[in-house]
Amino acid sequence: MADPNDATGTTRRRFLVGAAGLAAGGAADARAENVKNLPPNIADWTRQLGEGVGVRAYGNPSKYEKDVVRRTVPWLTATPESSVSFTPLHQLDGIITPNGLCFERHHGGIAEIDPADYRLMLHGLVDKPLVFTLDELKRLPRINKIYFLECAANSGMEWRGAQLNGCQYTHGMVHCVQYTGVLLKVLLEQAELKANAKWVMAEGADAAAMNRSIPLGKALDDCIVAYRMNGEMLRPEQGYPVRLVVPGWEGNVWVKWLRRLKVGDQPWFTREETSKYTDLLESGKARKFTFVMDAKSVITSPSPQAPVKQKGFNVISGLAWSGRGKIRRVDVSLDGGRNWRTARIDRLVLDKACARFYYEFDWNGEELLLQSRAMDDTGYVQPSKDALRKIRGVNSIYHNNGIQTWAIKPDGEVENVEIG
Amino acid sequence: MSKSGKIALGAALLVAFAASAIAQPKKESSRNYGIGQAATTEQMAGWDIDVRPDGQGAPAGSGSVKDGEKVYMDKCAACHGEFGESAGRWPQLAQGRGTLASHDPVKTVGSYFPYLSSVFDYIRRSMPFGDAQSLSNDELYAVTAYVLNLNDIVDEKFVLSKTTWDRVKMPNEAGFFDDDREKTEKIFWNQNPCMKDCRGPVKITGHAQAVDVTPDEKTQKRGVE
Repeated sequence: MADPNDATGTTRRRFLVGAAGLAAGGAADARAENVKNLPPNIADWTRQLGEGVGVRAYGNPSKYEKDVVRRTVPWLTATPESSVSFTPLHQLDGIITPNGLCFERHHGGIAEIDPADYRLMLHGLVDKPLVFTLDELKRLPRINKIYFLECAANSGMEWRGAQLNGCQYTHGMVHCVQYTGVLLKVLLEQAELKANAKWVMAEGADAAAMNRSIPLGKALDDCIVAYRMNGEMLRPEQGYPVRLVVPGWEGNVWVKWLRRLKVGDQPWFTREETSKYTDLLESGKARKFTFVMDAKSVITSPSPQAPVKQKGFNVISGLAWSGRGKIRRVDVSLDGGRNWRTARIDRLVLDKACARFYYEFDWNGEELLLQSRAMDDTGYVQPSKDALRKIRGVNSIYHNNGIQTWAIKPDGEVENVEIG
Repeated sequence: MSKSGKIALGAALLVAFAASAIAQPKKESSRNYGIGQAATTEQMAGWDIDVRPDGQGAPAGSGSVKDGEKVYMDKCAACHGEFGESAGRWPQLAQGRGTLASHDPVKTVGSYFPYLSSVFDYIRRSMPFGDAQSLSNDELYAVTAYVLNLNDIVDEKFVLSKTTWDRVKMPNEAGFFDDDREKTEKIFWNQNPCMKDCRGPVKITGHAQAVDVTPDEKTQKRGVE
């Protein structure tokens, strides 16, 4: 046995049980362990006082979790100011995404808005055009709702086949948080809509002044002018101090740094809803205003960035969501979609929110082809990638909700694969 | 609380509700809270920059293709290329017509944008990249005219303004149709998806590792130490 006082007495973690070649997992798992801290020895943190209160006035994750970060794919875009970073789905569980890990998509960088100088203008086809301060928005009746937000381009790089090796990159343009704000309906009522009002344009205060048209029916239904996420004020990356929440609809219409709402009688056909965020089909014609996000799911662990570490009992963990309503069921396949078994959905199933599912199984080192298939309460079943391509071709970029396949190899490594 | 107590409370609430309903004909949900300030004409004029396909919102001013060339070369060509061909990964603005149904569609102002306003409104609010909303109205009209000319949509003598707005016909205006997924993808609604022997043998046909475009995580920024 190693000398407990020998600082060099480290061993590798004993996860290499069974197969000698099991891949090392995330960095946290690959850390060498120090026998000084292991029983029967008493670790320093058990003997000595730690930092007192107030030292960490705004707390950060443990220093051992520094690999849990948003990541980018630098070759995707010309510049980081108009680009995307991805949620590390493989390192998270449950249904709520921590604020600092919610994926980013900016078109002109992060606007840093002084809340004292924040104004929301509401005008157009209304009787009383209004300007609200942040404090005024906060005085209005407020609600709290948990919703997923998925970028329409999530999985967009995978239309022509398996490309990026990690669910952070293939599926990480989704997050799910609780928003606090005022219903857009309440604001529109304050301004008093004219009879011919049919659409609402939302515009950002960032250097892209991102603008999108939203049908009035949706605006009056469940949209929120939100200022908080998971209890605290929105993060700058997520639109501080105010963003639009458009439940179940593509992330691009959830305008961040919201500065203006204009009511009109027809859509604006802005660049973001014509040149972008339209779905080009094989015919050369494109679908427009494809707002709703179809039901989708992905196994977040195991996945390429989260390999299987041990033979024996294992838990498959994944996320499912639908822009049409609640997730009703998630099925899991271990054989590339030949046979399916129903996964366990972990209790909390909310309208247009992420649901967490688990499937428990024993793994003996055999090769597996993992898939998950979500079904929502409208009866929509997440299609295979091939079924989707049959209708849409491979040029649509947006709205790829096809079933993802992960290949588990005998060494526990996991790869994004395409199957036929 | 006793049963009778509950009934009494219920009745009291009913009376209170009825009273408020009489005093205030509007539903609770459409109440005016008296919160928010009237937006002034001047405030709205400063922020009201959106332009619609029919030209509503287009500002006063005008610009020629010729004047636009100078603006474009000074402020746009570094990213978009001298002929709109793109420098690097920046958006390509010209060419691409006839490619939309091909394996490699090239979406540009000429090949894809359906309306003049889709270009004009975008340039007005967000270009030049990094110096947004800095162009004068005349520069805005001119540079838009130049981009149209790069796409052979207008000739080199064209002057864009509110009065010539309707003369611009974008080639791909008819290239879009409304979301029809609930009709054309009806097959995806299925109350009883297959659970057993759903397909033949499965073969791996593609490997992300072979494509090898996944970023190296070691080179990426890490969290707080």
